[in-house]
Amino acid sequence: MANETELSSQQSGMLSALDFWICAVEAVCHTAVGREGSYMEAVSKAQDELERIETQIQQLQTVAGDNQDAQKQLQVLHDRIEALRRQMAGQLTPWERTELARHANRPYPLDYIERIFPDFSEIHGDRSFGDDAAMVCGMARFRGREVLVLGTQKGRDTKQRVHRNFGQPNPEGYRKALRAMKFAEKWRRPVISLIDVVGAYPGLGAEERGQAEAIAHNLREMARLQVPFVAVITGEGGSGGALAIAVADRVLMMENSIYSVISPEGCASIMWRDSTKKDIAAQALRITAKDNLELGICDEVIPEPAGGAHHDPDAAANSLADMLEKHLSELEKLPTDALLNARYDKFRKMAQYFEVQTAPA
Amino acid sequence: MAWFKREHGELDTSGEKRVKTEGLWVKCDQCRQIIWKKDLDQNLHVCPKCDRHFRIDARTRLSYLLDDGKYEVEDNNLVSTNPLQFTDLKAYSDRLKRSQQDTGLNDAVINARGTLDGKPVIVSAMEYSFIGGSMGAVVGEMITRAVEKATAGKLPLIVISASGGARMMEGVISLMQLAKISAALARMDTAKVPYISVMTDPTTGGTTASFAMLGDLNIAEPGALIGFAGPRVIEQTIRQKLPEGFQRSEFLLQHGMLDAVVHRRDLKSYISRSLDFMKAPADSVASA
Repeated sequence: MANETELSSQQSGMLSALDFWICAVEAVCHTAVGREGSYMEAVSKAQDELERIETQIQQLQTVAGDNQDAQKQLQVLHDRIEALRRQMAGQLTPWERTELARHANRPYPLDYIERIFPDFSEIHGDRSFGDDAAMVCGMARFRGREVLVLGTQKGRDTKQRVHRNFGQPNPEGYRKALRAMKFAEKWRRPVISLIDVVGAYPGLGAEERGQAEAIAHNLREMARLQVPFVAVITGEGGSGGALAIAVADRVLMMENSIYSVISPEGCASIMWRDSTKKDIAAQALRITAKDNLELGICDEVIPEPAGGAHHDPDAAANSLADMLEKHLSELEKLPTDALLNARYDKFRKMAQYFEVQTAPA
Repeated sequence: MAWFKREHGELDTSGEKRVKTEGLWVKCDQCRQIIWKKDLDQNLHVCPKCDRHFRIDARTRLSYLLDDGKYEVEDNNLVSTNPLQFTDLKAYSDRLKRSQQDTGLNDAVINARGTLDGKPVIVSAMEYSFIGGSMGAVVGEMITRAVEKATAGKLPLIVISASGGARMMEGVISLMQLAKISAALARMDTAKVPYISVMTDPTTGGTTASFAMLGDLNIAEPGALIGFAGPRVIEQTIRQKLPEGFQRSEFLLQHGMLDAVVHRRDLKSYISRSLDFMKAPADSVASA
């Protein structure tokens, strides 16, 4: 093993090898920029490579032990990896963000729930038709307080996805969510909703049972719900299906989530009559968290671990939990009247994109 | 071989009598009956043979509903700022300008104040021919203002929907209009001011999923397409043909989503009658 001051030749060799490896990944990413379609692939390959390099660095860090010089050099390499990841994330187009928001390994609301609320106790059913597995509601404890948590859930494998209807709630799902909110209101518990939904389910039964009515009813009742309410878009915020559980005092978005009136594909096939124009549509619709922040729709963006939440779900969950704590503790200080007035004003003054001109003749 | 050659110059047609028939006759798209346009006008744009309710513009709608066809227009000075600078195959700003020229409106709704059977009311009537009656920031703001004015003045509100839903060209901004209007309606509901939602052909998407379904009474004209998702999207999702009459007013009535389906000629009296019911007795108003 190396002595206190000098690195063994083997270790220095490893260091320069790692250095070279990172350079290679950088080069791959740089050349991939601007090439159509391949960037996302290149990035995902690069992410895998970076992960491998990171494991190597970690191993070396344990081997290097107290060797300050080696540790310093390893830290430099580590910082370069982080910088590279941030750079890659910054270069993502809105469509690539959409793909990230839909990433198969991305943590879903239930993944966050099990990390943030370990004693989550689910409540089921809308008390009139059925229990919608695409919508999950329950009681939980969060840092010393009782809260009601609700979220949409997509399902990880085929069996789960079918069970959860690919995370697209039916009217009974939205009615269940409202029932849960009312339950929270009665016992004066704050409500947290975690949203990752393509959209409300467009099915025959959904129409028969009043999908539109269920959503509309939720919108109205949320506006006068007498308890603090924080909504977080964790993945996809799909139009009315997302808004139906998102008329909240604070609307937060994870860094790589999207919030839109229509999916980029849907918009492309309607407006461009060509669903392959989804990347242009994604750009035009301004769906990313940053866009929504700028438009005043979202209150704060929750940072994700480099490369996206799926690279480190625990870190993502911590980041989310801290943000929930921050906003809940602010809201809890407000008397109910002030809370409701602030919520009304928030949505009343939102999205005021018009100007006063003379009336047409 | 002078068959194809005219030897004596152009035919003189100036002596022929020409009658312009274009626009005088209309074909009913349901029963294919040919109807004289004047007959149709007199019949409130309802097919005399099969009772098909034709789509009518917002001004005609208001003139049918309000006393003597008279009303005051409000909030008509708001114009979209094209917040996303959206351009698809055509620029959104051009679409807006085109619709403004065609309809003489600034956006897809008219806010009106008038009387209905002598009762003062506020009416928001949507204009389908303005970019599909879609709801962007201006429509959202106008309907919200109508709701707020009605609430403040304790005046009944009637919203007549004819809309494809949220306006895609304003992205998530148009989505937020659903929340804004619904929040104003929550206050109106708490204040016990009557709100009647009238759904006409077509009422879909975000419009149905917000204010159209939130009336004290939700009523519709016969045969109107009313739904959340469009029929094509549903067919693609469930991969089967949709039943006859799916998402029509009668279908919704049958599934308990509407209070009534009302013929256009009865609309005014039905609304008038409902407003009588929703007038709170004097003593309860005093105690409220």
